[in-house]
Amino acid sequence: MVEHRPWNDIIAYAILTLGVFIVAFPVYLALIASTHDAATVVGGNMPLSPGGRALENYYRAVFVGGSRTSREPVGHMLTNSFISAIGIAVGKIFISILSAYAVVYFRFPFRKTAFWIIFVTLMLPVEVRIYPTYKVVSDLQMLDTYAGLILPLIASATGTLLFRQFFMTVPDELLEASRIDGAGPFRFFWDTLLPLSRTTIAALFVIQFIYGWNQYLWPLLITTQDSMQTIVTGIKKMLTTTDELAEWQLAMATAVLAMLPPVAVVVFMQRLFVRGLVETEK
Amino acid sequence: MANVALRNVHKTYPGGVEAIKGINFEVGDGQFCVLVGPSGCGKSTLLRMVAGLETITGGDIDIGGRIVNQIEPADRDIAMVFQNYALYPHMSVYNNMAYGLRNRGMPKPEIDTRVQEAARILEIGPMLDRKPRQLSGGQRQRVAMGRAIVRQPKVFLFDEPLSNLDAKLRIAMRVEIRKLQRRLNTTSIYVTHDQLEAMTLADILVVMNGGQVEQIGNPLAIYQKPATTFVASFIGAPPMNLMPLRSDEIRSQFAGDGRATSEAGIVGIRPEDFVISSEPIPGGIALDLTLEAIERVGAETFIYGTRQKEVQGVAATPGELPPGEVIVRIPGATAPAIGERIRAIAPREKLHLFTADGRRRIDL
Repeated sequence: MVEHRPWNDIIAYAILTLGVFIVAFPVYLALIASTHDAATVVGGNMPLSPGGRALENYYRAVFVGGSRTSREPVGHMLTNSFISAIGIAVGKIFISILSAYAVVYFRFPFRKTAFWIIFVTLMLPVEVRIYPTYKVVSDLQMLDTYAGLILPLIASATGTLLFRQFFMTVPDELLEASRIDGAGPFRFFWDTLLPLSRTTIAALFVIQFIYGWNQYLWPLLITTQDSMQTIVTGIKKMLTTTDELAEWQLAMATAVLAMLPPVAVVVFMQRLFVRGLVETEK
Repeated sequence: MANVALRNVHKTYPGGVEAIKGINFEVGDGQFCVLVGPSGCGKSTLLRMVAGLETITGGDIDIGGRIVNQIEPADRDIAMVFQNYALYPHMSVYNNMAYGLRNRGMPKPEIDTRVQEAARILEIGPMLDRKPRQLSGGQRQRVAMGRAIVRQPKVFLFDEPLSNLDAKLRIAMRVEIRKLQRRLNTTSIYVTHDQLEAMTLADILVVMNGGQVEQIGNPLAIYQKPATTFVASFIGAPPMNLMPLRSDEIRSQFAGDGRATSEAGIVGIRPEDFVISSEPIPGGIALDLTLEAIERVGAETFIYGTRQKEVQGVAATPGELPPGEVIVRIPGATAPAIGERIRAIAPREKLHLFTADGRRRIDL
């Protein structure tokens, strides 16, 4: 029996609205700040309505870069971020779907051990193993390269586990039918498992793209040249000034731009994303 | 076209569990063989061993004169229909059927001819472009059959293919599978736990229990002369009435019957072999029953009664009646009322006698 109490609804909606406001207000503020000139933003009395400098700010952010502090235009940083986020997402999916396939479908010595080793790495994020990782990457001459930005981040226990769980829900008879139909391990993977994993792949892509995009510590450590900077580290550099006024309007424009690709990925892949996490198509 | 022979086939799992304990039988070219038994008796395992999906740990499996023990499923020239159909969910009906042929590198026009032909036989032509999830259970079943017949294999293997269908459809598909098999004349092995399916489909019936064969033969012959009490209670619904008797009881009651030796310990009577009558039959058996339950099915009626004279002392085998209960089938819908006492009699030639352990039938 469900009673309808209007007050409950009102309170619930009020709390939700408050939540949305708390999340959305800083974003709104960034958007507004990116349309004013530097003096207005720094002045301390920034209005909450858009100013008239939007085009100029965004043009400078994308193509020119900050006048004094950051020497790299955002366009380039966006490209760097994009390459590394895509690289991380695709690399993670590639590695984890293959390792999950091996762990679920093949009998080999120490299979359980292999799985547990993968599982244990869940507890070792980049931050924990940052020194050895840095040492390896630097020994391999991968500082200031895309490979250096991408490779250390693509090993993924999360992805392996997600695919493993999905593979375990695929009925064994499909594998058996494939074997009778003359499909070897590779064909079964390519013709049956991969198409069935479509939604899982999409879900993982969204999560990992955002993970890659938001990387801060690692790119900060291994990139020294401005040309290899990602946008997330770039924003920070825009604000570290010694005796100059930080160009807040450009930093905010950059922040807004930095938000767009992850938002776009979520918006366009949301349907697949939700299906991948919620339902298993059989 | 091929015959299939199993010679002393064993399967022991790595843990030491022996699932199949030495099985021998042969299915002739074009014959329909049904493996039947309770769940866990190893019938599905055996079928999967013939398919090559399970390894065998002893003996030989021979398909069309070739020992296939070490051969991959795809190269055994068999096709299998699974219980849950195992259709590829992301492929259209057409591709589901064509997939195996493509993997074998068959030219496109021939694939098309075969798929269209199978679709025509199975009446799934209009559904070729659909995905399996858009089909009903019966249609999926047909597609699964289609996938098997386009291959034109030497042997069809069916693993309880009808158990996911509703009762009415199951009967219809059962008839259809039989017609299809006759028409294609392909050797088939069919696994089921449903004794009715087994009886109606089989040329050769293999009754299995506990990883072993209990009896092999023509279904009617098995029905008429079950080799063990297990077969007697498993084949036939409702099951045969099995009554343990002491051997001296048997000898006195069946005096003059050559079967009533000192080994005999169990008497079996099929429910339909009883007649309700007060006239005694010489040499037959008469049971005084108190009616406990009545099932009217329409054309016939089953009455469940308790024997008034209790007879003690035999371990129950699967499907055996609880001690003391007897099922009697009488034609028509008329029946005595519950609680009434009746006398059911059966003539001597309808009685089955088994050894006391139920492992052997006693015949003259």
